[in-house]
Order: sequence, then structure tokens, then C-alpha cells
Amino acid sequence: MNTALVQAKEPAQLAPTRETPALRGEVVVPAATAGLRVPTLASLPAATLIALAVHVAVSKNEPPVDTRSYTIFLGIVLGLSIVASLVQPAWAGLRRWMSHMWPILAAFVSLLCAWEVITSGFRLLPMPYFPGPASVLQNLVNDYAQLFKCTGYSLLLLGAGYALGVAVALITGICIGWFRHARYWGMPLLKVIGPIPATAWVPLAMVVSPDGRYSAIGLIALAVWFPVTMLTISGIANTRASYLDVARTLGAGEKYLILRVAIPAALPNIFIGLFMGLGTSFLTLIVAETVGVKYGLGWYIGWAQGWAEYGKVYAALVIMAAFFSTIMTLLFKVRDRVLVWQKGVIKW
Amino acid sequence: MVGPNSTIVEGSSLRIVDVTKSFSNADNAESRTHALGGVSLSVAAGELVSLVGPSGCGKSTLLRLTAGLDSPDSGELWVGSEAITGPSAERGLVFQDPNLFPWLTVRRNIEAGLVARGVLREKRNEVDGFMRLVGLETFGAAYPHHLSGGMAQRVALARALINHPKVLLLDEPLGALDAFTRMRMQDEVLRLWEARGTTMLLVTHDIDEAIYMSDRIVLMTPRPGRIERTLTIDLPRPRQRNSTDFLRLRGEILGLLHFAGAQEALPA
Repeated sequence: MNTALVQAKEPAQLAPTRETPALRGEVVVPAATAGLRVPTLASLPAATLIALAVHVAVSKNEPPVDTRSYTIFLGIVLGLSIVASLVQPAWAGLRRWMSHMWPILAAFVSLLCAWEVITSGFRLLPMPYFPGPASVLQNLVNDYAQLFKCTGYSLLLLGAGYALGVAVALITGICIGWFRHARYWGMPLLKVIGPIPATAWVPLAMVVSPDGRYSAIGLIALAVWFPVTMLTISGIANTRASYLDVARTLGAGEKYLILRVAIPAALPNIFIGLFMGLGTSFLTLIVAETVGVKYGLGWYIGWAQGWAEYGKVYAALVIMAAFFSTIMTLLFKVRDRVLVWQKGVIKW
Repeated sequence: MVGPNSTIVEGSSLRIVDVTKSFSNADNAESRTHALGGVSLSVAAGELVSLVGPSGCGKSTLLRLTAGLDSPDSGELWVGSEAITGPSAERGLVFQDPNLFPWLTVRRNIEAGLVARGVLREKRNEVDGFMRLVGLETFGAAYPHHLSGGMAQRVALARALINHPKVLLLDEPLGALDAFTRMRMQDEVLRLWEARGTTMLLVTHDIDEAIYMSDRIVLMTPRPGRIERTLTIDLPRPRQRNSTDFLRLRGEILGLLHFAGAQEALPA
């Protein structure tokens, strides 16, 4: 029935690109958005339809209570993709988005399908450790309150630790990068302390602060501090001398030279440090949570594993992936904003 | 000597008295390169003087000393009645590379001097005037990398002029431009000079440029940098690049620099 619907609408709106049947089956992202190619347009509904069919076949002999969420999820994706296909001829913005996103979304749904075939379908992997997507989604739905709480808790630790680490790193980085004395005394300290992975400080952190939250924040801050400091120093130290000369002849004092010449010149480097620091902060967050705190995604994973509830472990991983990639994306957006002047100077 | 159309003279006189400067060599701390060996020069308020000479004759060093970015080993530099002890907004400097701050828009680059001196609030109304003066009033929101070489150099000039410097130091400002843009920019700089009456010290490799623009040309020789000769250019303005007098002066200067003909071996 759904197949008929998909095929029925194809000829109607794809008449202009009828000469491209040879491209059928290829994943092509067309640059022009005048009309969508057949493979692009059909990719997501087709993939979802296949996934749904596989799911129905696989879950025949499982209790429906464990699989309903996944069925609903695939149904919603299918419904939305069909609605979008019908609406897109009249909505250029949606069409542009679809031409960019649909192949990748279709690939994602296909992966879910493959995952289900391997796990729930043919049971190629040992069972309690590798649940299928339906079970993971069901765990996500059933335990959302706990997961939500843990995500919020992790966000709090990460935010506090990252902010503290960045604030301290910018101060130390700017001082060491700009002032000769700060460099003489600070650089050796940085070279000795910095490379120690923050997670190696866990035993010490637990002694210093019996409250796991503060030690986690401290460890995250330490993990962020080193890369951000290093990159800030190199950014400040690499400021073109002629920018500083020009600023001096314009009447600039030291405050202007630091705040309005050296720091803007160092910002591209500082952002590299911020990205590196973000990566290490995720790692440190999860490690710190598994040792000393009573909530958070890292703690949740350890707890679920203790009860052999691997569906919950994967549910937490899914949340973590969404959580971390959202934060990454936000930082990219901030960078695009702040470094907009680089557009055209570098390969953006 | 002041440009014929000058209405105001913002410039100050400049006096350089027996200045020497040497640098230690990077590879050998014992040996030193003598960039300047006893240079004296007086420039009147509102005068445009060119420094001409081969590479290594200390032209740029002299300009950096005047800007206050370096200090001399011995000798004195004076602007009006004040000794030069460090950089100051009174002495603007324009390099061959415009050195615009890439993170600031054209307008904010031009405003930079006002921000640096903490007078943006009072003087903000002057910014538009300077953008018009260099013909960039519609480019205020553009970032420097969108500008052509000539436009970028005009922004650099406006940025230096917004502080109303008493002396404007120009270190081969037009050296990187193509020949046509360069000639147009020479007229532009002359127009700014005549409008403001700023004292200008221009370092250039281009003898035509020096004759076309200067009241006086200072010929320098290298190792150590010294003033070889000073020529007063009293051709009427605006000057003709192909007049007989212009070409005669050109030949004379080339002869003094030993570039007049093939009989002289070129320095390595």
C-alpha cells in the first residue's frame, strides 16, 4: 500500500528529470535545487519502508510491548518523509534541505535496519550484550526520566568544568604568551603538568574533594586547561609583529595591544584549543562519573551494566552521542560567528 | 616648502641629528651590521621628502627610528620641539603591506586609532569624512581580504591619517601595487598631503615616484647607511612625468646611484 503511494507520486513531480534513470541507485547530491532527482527523493521513504518491513518480519515472535516504540518511530519517519515529498514542489527551502539531508538520513535508517537484521533477526551476536534497535529505543522510552536527569547532571558538570578550565586557560595562556616573565616561570610548569592525562589525577581528586561533583569539575577543568592554554600561547606568540607596530603608531597602549590585537589574532588558534579541550572534557566527564558521582550518563552506563541491562547501556550511548554532538555543533556555530572575518581568507 | 594648494598645515618639522644604529647578527653575536652611520636630516613642517637608495642603505631603519619603534644607538630625533622616545599617534606609519587588521571591517580599521587613543566617542563623526577622503565610503562593512591592493592601501592611509599625525612615514607604501594603480595612488597621496599639510617622509625604490612627489630627494648609500646627497626638486606641481626637466632629473639621479649605463658593474 505504501509502495503504491510512493510510486504513484513519482511520475507526477519528476517529469523534468525523467532523462536521469541511469542515475537511479546512485546517491547524488545535486547542486541545483530546481527539482529533486528520483533516487534522492525516493531514498528516505524507500529505506524506511524496507526497515519497517524487516522490523515487522523480525519482531513477529517477540512481545509487542518491547517493539512498539520502534514501529511507531519508523511509521512517523515514513509518514513525515511522504508528507515532505508531497509538499516539496511548492517549498524551495524544504527542497534544498531534502536534497542535502535525505541521502544521509536514508543511510542512517538503512544502518538501523542492518543492525536489526544482525541482532534481532539472525542473532549473529551474543544476545544480552547486543540488543536490537527496537529494544534500545524501548529502554530509552521506558527510562527517559532517569536518563533525562542524568543528562542534565552531566551537562551541569561538563558546563561548569569546561567554563572553569577555559577561563583559567585564557588567563594563563595570554599571560604566558605575552609577558616574558610569565613565560619563563609558567612554561616549564605547563610542560611538566600539562601532558599528564587529567584522568590520572582521579585518586588525588578523590582525596582532595570527597564530594565527587567538585572533583569531577576540577578534573574536567584540568583536562580543558592544557590544550586551551597551549594553543592560546602559540596564538598570542604568533601575532604578526607588524600588526603590533601599526597599532603602536596609532597610539595603542599595552591594553589595546593585548585585547584588540594579540587576542583577535590568536582567536583562530584559541578555537582549535577549545575544540581539543571539548574532546578531552567529554572523556574526562565520563571517567570521573564512573568513579565518584551518583548521577550522570557515565554513572548510568556503569549502573545499567551492573544489572546486565545492555539495552539501557546503548540507550545512554545514544543520548551521549546526541548530547556531545550537539555541544560540538554549538561550538562550531560560535566559531563561525566569531571568526566570520576568516571567510575567504582560509578554506572555510 | 609646502604644497601650493595647502590650506592648513598639520605637519611638524622633523629633525634627525647624527643618528647611528646597528643590529647584532643572528648567527654571530659578536659582529654587528651598521644600518645607519651618522645620519642627519631636517624636514620642514609640511614638506614631502623621499628617501631613495639601494637595499640595505638604512631607509627603513631610519623610518622605524622616526616612528619610535626602535631607538638609535646614538644621536637624537626631534618632532617640532619634542624628542622622539617611543611610538606615538603623532607619527603615523604606512607599510608596503597595508597590514590592515583582518578581523576588523574597513570602518573599524579606520577607527582603530581613535579606539587606541580612547577618543572614539568624541571623534566618531570624523570617520565618515576619512572614508570619503579615500573614496571608500561604501566599503565600511567589508573585511580587508575583500579589498584590492590599492583599496587596502587607501584604508591604511585613512587609518594613519585619522589621528591627524604631524608626520606621516611611508615605507614603500605603493611598492606592491601594479604600475597604473601606483600612479593613481601617487596622485591620491599628493592630494591628501596638500589637503592636510602633513609632513611626509617617503621611502621608495621608484625614482620616478620620488621625482613626481617630493619637495626633496635624499639619496642614501649602504654599509653603513649614510646620506650621499640631497636634491631639491623645484618642478612646478602638478608635475609632468614626461617633461624634459623630469627626464633630466631622472638621468641625474640614476647617474648618482651608478645605474645610468652599462659601463658600471651592478652591485651584487
